[in-house]
Amino acid sequence: MARMMKAGKLISVIGDEDTCTGFLLGGIGEMNKERKPNFLVVEKDTSVSEIEETFKSFVQRTDIAVILINQNIAELIRHVIDAHTNPIPAVLEIPSKDHPYDASKDSILRRAKGMFNPDDFR
Amino acid sequence: MSGVGKDRLDVFPSRMNMMVMRGRLKGAQKGHSLLKKKADALTMRFRQILAKIIDTKMLMGEVMKDAAFSLAEAKFIIGDVNQIVLQNVTKAQTKVRFKKDNVAGVSLPVFEHYADGSDTYELAGLSRGGQQVSKLKKNYGKAVELLVDLASLQTAFITLDEVIKITNRRVNAIEHVIIPRIENTLSYIISELDEREREEFYRLKKIQEKKKIIREKAEQRAAAMRAQGEYKEPANLLEEEHDSDLLFET
Repeated sequence: MARMMKAGKLISVIGDEDTCTGFLLGGIGEMNKERKPNFLVVEKDTSVSEIEETFKSFVQRTDIAVILINQNIAELIRHVIDAHTNPIPAVLEIPSKDHPYDASKDSILRRAKGMFNPDDFR
Repeated sequence: MSGVGKDRLDVFPSRMNMMVMRGRLKGAQKGHSLLKKKADALTMRFRQILAKIIDTKMLMGEVMKDAAFSLAEAKFIIGDVNQIVLQNVTKAQTKVRFKKDNVAGVSLPVFEHYADGSDTYELAGLSRGGQQVSKLKKNYGKAVELLVDLASLQTAFITLDEVIKITNRRVNAIEHVIIPRIENTLSYIISELDEREREEFYRLKKIQEKKKIIREKAEQRAAAMRAQGEYKEPANLLEEEHDSDLLFET
């Protein structure tokens, strides 16, 4: 555990082509020894089950600390994201190029909704 | 208030157990107030974090918009870069590591990003659009920074949420289950002790009465026998004036 803590962890991305490209240029992409990338480019013809499988495999990898996912893609696999309750890896929903950010859909903010109204903080 | 039939601990009603129960009640009350304080401290931190998360999420929208825009700019200059970038992934340059933060005895993981190794896309945009590419990198670097911050806030949020739930459960359990149970036990012990005392008093009274009756009867019988002349006073050991010596006869 202590050794795992010390090693740097990765940030992974599930998103459309442009989001992935941008973050890879930001320097977060990595191929591991099995030639598995830490990102998934979701195209028009990517099936939901594939996204789901990738998300699950990212959650299970111990070297990933943060998973970034486009909000419109997160909507597709909402049940899987809601089922993921562990604090690590943290799942962050980010806006994509063609879908503006909607705070009311965010799983974390929805979780907080019972206690607080997100609009109060704006 | 007899405590019978209510939820109470299974103890023998004795004075010592009463002392023990009093001690436990004190302990439970102290624990309750301490846990309540802890829950308050956590909730305070929780609200702070939530406010920060919401701020950061709003900021993230802006930053992502800028980043996406600079990507579009770069694409306009260079043409399609996506495939080149996506195919040339090797080692991550930006990584995150953990630190621990402590809030009221709860350790929260805090992410910290750091750069490590060389830039894989050092030569990207060498032929044209170098400025746009470096701007693009900078913007996305900023976005990553912000998102790592947000991730650590979110992790803290989830952890705290869990811990607050547990603490509140404990507070409520002490308040509504443990303390009433101990109080019931205490009142049961007290009432039982009182009852025993009353019984004891009654018993003593009864014995006194009985003894009085027996004595009266004996006296009556003695008086009746004396009247008939049959009664002989029992020999009194002390009345004997002279006793002959057994050993030293004079």
